[in-house]
Amino acid sequence: MVVRVLEVEDLTHAYGDAPPVLSSIDLEVKPGELVSIVGPSGCGKSTLLRCIAGLQAPTEGRVRLDGKPVERVPDNLAVVFQDYSRSLFPWMSVRDNVALPLRRRGMNRAQRHENALKALESVGLPDAAAKYPWQLSGGMQQRVSIARALAYGPEFLIMDEPFGSVDAQTREDLEDLLLRVRGNSGMTILLVTHDIDESVYVGDRVVVLSKGPARVRADLSVGLPTVRDQITTRELPEFVHLRAEVGRLVRGREAADEPKS
Amino acid sequence: MTAITGDHQAERPTRPAGRRRRPTSVPGLRILTGGVARLWLVALLVGCWEIITRIKQDAYFPPPSTIVRVFHELWFSGPATHLFLTDKALDDFPPSFVNLFCGWALAAVVGLALGVLLGSSRVAREILDPVLQFGRSVPPPTLIPFFIVVFDFGAQMQISTIAFGVIWPVLLNTADGVRTVEKLQLETAEVFGVTGAARLFRIILPAAAPKIFAGLRVSLGFALILMVISELIGSTTGIGAHLISSQQGMELPEMWAGIVLLGILGCLFNAVFVLVERRFLSWHSSARGLDS
Repeated sequence: MVVRVLEVEDLTHAYGDAPPVLSSIDLEVKPGELVSIVGPSGCGKSTLLRCIAGLQAPTEGRVRLDGKPVERVPDNLAVVFQDYSRSLFPWMSVRDNVALPLRRRGMNRAQRHENALKALESVGLPDAAAKYPWQLSGGMQQRVSIARALAYGPEFLIMDEPFGSVDAQTREDLEDLLLRVRGNSGMTILLVTHDIDESVYVGDRVVVLSKGPARVRADLSVGLPTVRDQITTRELPEFVHLRAEVGRLVRGREAADEPKS
Repeated sequence: MTAITGDHQAERPTRPAGRRRRPTSVPGLRILTGGVARLWLVALLVGCWEIITRIKQDAYFPPPSTIVRVFHELWFSGPATHLFLTDKALDDFPPSFVNLFCGWALAAVVGLALGVLLGSSRVAREILDPVLQFGRSVPPPTLIPFFIVVFDFGAQMQISTIAFGVIWPVLLNTADGVRTVEKLQLETAEVFGVTGAARLFRIILPAAAPKIFAGLRVSLGFALILMVISELIGSTTGIGAHLISSQQGMELPEMWAGIVLLGILGCLFNAVFVLVERRFLSWHSSARGLDS
């Protein structure tokens, strides 16, 4: 039997009486996998993540994490949100932000601080502890969010468009940071993005969603080497091929409607 | 429910202290010229007042110099061991200040507690909203006759008047602040298992703090007004009682000195409050300063 960390079965969600945003989504994620979910803007990716994280109850369907149904946010799951400026608390120092979830882990003050500093070092911010989030650049703030998730030490990490609000260069740095962190921690990661290149570059698998309502359109495995590099990986024929395929699937409907001249 | 946001945003320098717009080599001079720029109009008005009142010799309008002299004699000509406070100051000030701060503190504690409740529960908000709208529309001094019946004259009546009158800004602002905490902040807390008391004290109250402080500040101003009003009736001690007794004794300079004293106290309380507020909310003004 294959071990699965996450099982999503027949997930359907509608807000009120509106037409459903998610329709019969099935998804499985194996331990240690990094699965990218990509789809057109506004297709319901975030709703899917919120249902998986237990922040929202789906209208229909089941979500199981480690075999247990998800009803509220499980304690072995962390989320990195896109909007770091709201997700980090401006009244807490960077260190306190990172140390905040460690109370739940039963650590005393000294242990919390030590672990927070370690997590900050691992994301390349060893000197930011005493600062406040708003004193840092956007990319650095998102690193702090990632450090907070790492310090928490979950088995499962959900990232909702984590690099959507930073510039291109920072985005590449953060993608590499994510790959490194993931190599060190062995976490299972589900990453939502609308960036086709990113979904292929960081993912072991790419799940493509269609729009209105969101359904799983394709589930592609990424045959790229584990060690990836922003320049050379993106040159590989496999990368170029996959990216084109994902691109066609994401834009599928509009592309199909266009007359072939 | 609308919240009082306070007018302090406008007064407050937009940059955190220590970062000046223009670096200057002589900061002392800059403060001096800044003070002159701000105070010249006040000085001019006081000067005109002095000249006009001296020419007119009207008993109702003593010259400012007389008011200042009486002000000093009445309250601040005491021995150095008493911090230059006179016996009269020691009689007048403590009851007034005790009433003021007890009433304000009571209103702050109750207002904060009720505000958190109202802010976090939609049901409580919907049920209590009409009561609150009515309660805050009742002009607080009109309750003095009622409180006199219940508590008789004295500190209890005065504190109740103050507390009832100043609770509304704290309560409504706290409720508004708690209600409007960013959803993502609450979800982040939920994801990382911050619940119960930790959620209230580490997430919700800090997030609502800017609005809570604005409410507390408005309340402090009201509290001073209500302190005086509550002492005007049936009281023998306090600054309000001094005002009314000097008025009845036709001691106009003494009465004016009381008015000046209250003005100075209002400014002083406000200044101290702003200092405390800045200390607690430094993250708020700084974060906003960088954002905008």
